[in-house]
Amino acid sequence: MAASGGRTVGSFLWKCGNCCFNFNTVSSNLTCQVLSRQLCVSAVLHRKNLAAAGPEKFSEEFIKKQVEEFNIGKRHLANMMGEDPETFTQGDIDRSIAYLFPSGLFDKKAKPLMKHPDEVFPKQRAVQWGADGRPFHFLFYTGKQSYYTLMHDTFTKALAVEKHQDRLRGKGLFTQDTKQISLVGSRWLLKEELEELLVETISEHDYARFIQLMERLLSLPYCSVEEDFVQRYRRQLEIQSSKQQVQPLQYDQHGVAYSTGDGRRKTATGTVLLRDSSSGSISINGTNYVHYFPVLQDREQLMFPLHFMGVLGRFDMQCSVSGGGHSSQAGALRLAISRAMLSFLSEGQVETMRQAGLLTPDPRIKERKKPGQEGARRKFTWKKR
Amino acid sequence: MAPGVFTKGLCGLHHRLVAAGYSCSGPLCASAAAVKTLPLQTDSTDVTDKILNLPLEMPDFFRLSELFSLKDLFDARVHLGHKKGCRHRLMEPYLFGSRLDQDIIDLDQTVEHLQSALNFTAHIAYRGGVILFVSRRRQFGHLVEITAQDCGEYAHTRYWQGGLLTNAPIQYGPGVRLPDLIVFLSTLNNVFQQHVGVRDAAKMNIPTVGLVDSNCNPSLVTYPVPGNDDTPAAMELYCRLFKMTINRAKDKRRQMELLRGLSAVGLTPGS
Repeated sequence: MAASGGRTVGSFLWKCGNCCFNFNTVSSNLTCQVLSRQLCVSAVLHRKNLAAAGPEKFSEEFIKKQVEEFNIGKRHLANMMGEDPETFTQGDIDRSIAYLFPSGLFDKKAKPLMKHPDEVFPKQRAVQWGADGRPFHFLFYTGKQSYYTLMHDTFTKALAVEKHQDRLRGKGLFTQDTKQISLVGSRWLLKEELEELLVETISEHDYARFIQLMERLLSLPYCSVEEDFVQRYRRQLEIQSSKQQVQPLQYDQHGVAYSTGDGRRKTATGTVLLRDSSSGSISINGTNYVHYFPVLQDREQLMFPLHFMGVLGRFDMQCSVSGGGHSSQAGALRLAISRAMLSFLSEGQVETMRQAGLLTPDPRIKERKKPGQEGARRKFTWKKR
Repeated sequence: MAPGVFTKGLCGLHHRLVAAGYSCSGPLCASAAAVKTLPLQTDSTDVTDKILNLPLEMPDFFRLSELFSLKDLFDARVHLGHKKGCRHRLMEPYLFGSRLDQDIIDLDQTVEHLQSALNFTAHIAYRGGVILFVSRRRQFGHLVEITAQDCGEYAHTRYWQGGLLTNAPIQYGPGVRLPDLIVFLSTLNNVFQQHVGVRDAAKMNIPTVGLVDSNCNPSLVTYPVPGNDDTPAAMELYCRLFKMTINRAKDKRRQMELLRGLSAVGLTPGS
């Protein structure tokens, strides 16, 4: 770009915006006046409608180039760290990057990262048609080809099962008691998971239709033929152990059974050592419980688990508690006592205790103060004017 | 009537084909570079021209009149229309009469119309055009999709999104190819109104073959075929006929190419 003596309109505009429309203007003043008109183009015409363009699209070659660069960079990094490039895993990469570029930022996404391009760039669909323009998929013109293929296939399978049933009925071999697909412990794919599977966005209505169709397939008596197909669209639920973990009883040198338990409430934590002597003495942090908890309510909380199971005088307790106030300490100890008692009780009694709510930790904590308010709920005094 | 109408419908397509060298919908060929005209030598151009022009010289090149007869249509209950109250005014020329208030479609006219429609479809398939089967009847949606799959063509029996044809470059991406023929196996949608595709195809200059029952509007359809679209027997007959036509046309094309010694890949729009 020849920027001669005087500033011409062209060179000024070149510097201002990335417009390369009129190189003629970038010349001497004389030629500028003689050859070219001064074009005054407002920035509005050059502004791109970013919203209409949609998510940024990356071409296949670009992604391939990124993958190559990543692999080469991985080897360089391994050499830098003195490791073997062949056995350099993603975990090693993460640790090396964290070591070489320590970042004090809190947001994980703001920290420097080096990951495989497939994880960084969003998955996109390749071009759907060939060189002659004919689309590859027969449902291309519907717009949602993967979803509708899925519906089509499911329906085909349902028809096949019905045909099979009809054939058996014709032969007289149709029975209702056939092996059914077990659906216990699994759930249908969520809408987001289905979208991920199909690489395509679907609406709530579409998802509901899909589930409806699958349920219809499952309602047929002989649907076990298509079990693999159905299980592909189900996920196992995480098995939550509903039982309390009951510690086995321990015996000290005198043969007395004892167990420990701990509990928390608000900011108080307490531990309790329960001994199966018939004394019924209770000490908290070395002092007698009557002196430690002068308030009746706190002592009631302490006694309630024993009173509920009817073993008031049986156990001997040594408790230690810290944090919180007197009420929360009492609550913490109550939970600790209930947990310690589990070792001494039968399963039915454990269930009774659970239903009474003795084994559930109280989740309530102090609610935070919000800005613009005096406290968590209290607002500042409202003044009319 | 048939040859005249047929050449009228095909003329535009032929021009477009010859101009682009490939079957490509002219106004929407956004990136013409994507579908390049290969530098053909003069003798292979002649051969391709001969392949394309030969079927046009004969009235029934694919011998489609053998595929069906009036009796087949009658047995498949194609002549049964809807009740007198549902009758569309523009369908009156196609009706034979009405019996106990039920309209009877004139099968003589149906035979002629079906013959010309199948002939047109065959020629489109012969030239490697994209054929889209549309039907919004839930009872026969699966059948239509199966038919399309068997022919190697395309189907749309689902909810029709508004901009499918008219806003295609935005919806699918630039350089998309629109269908060269749309076959409506039922021109009505689920609320007994005319399917949006009929109007959109007319807007986009895409020829249509439509099965019009006695309650449908045949005016916007290029090749209306008056007939029953409610009976499974009739629908199966139509699907079978279209499938056989398209397969026949494609096989003929492959045969012609082999005869003239041209390779199928690259030079011709895939058949």
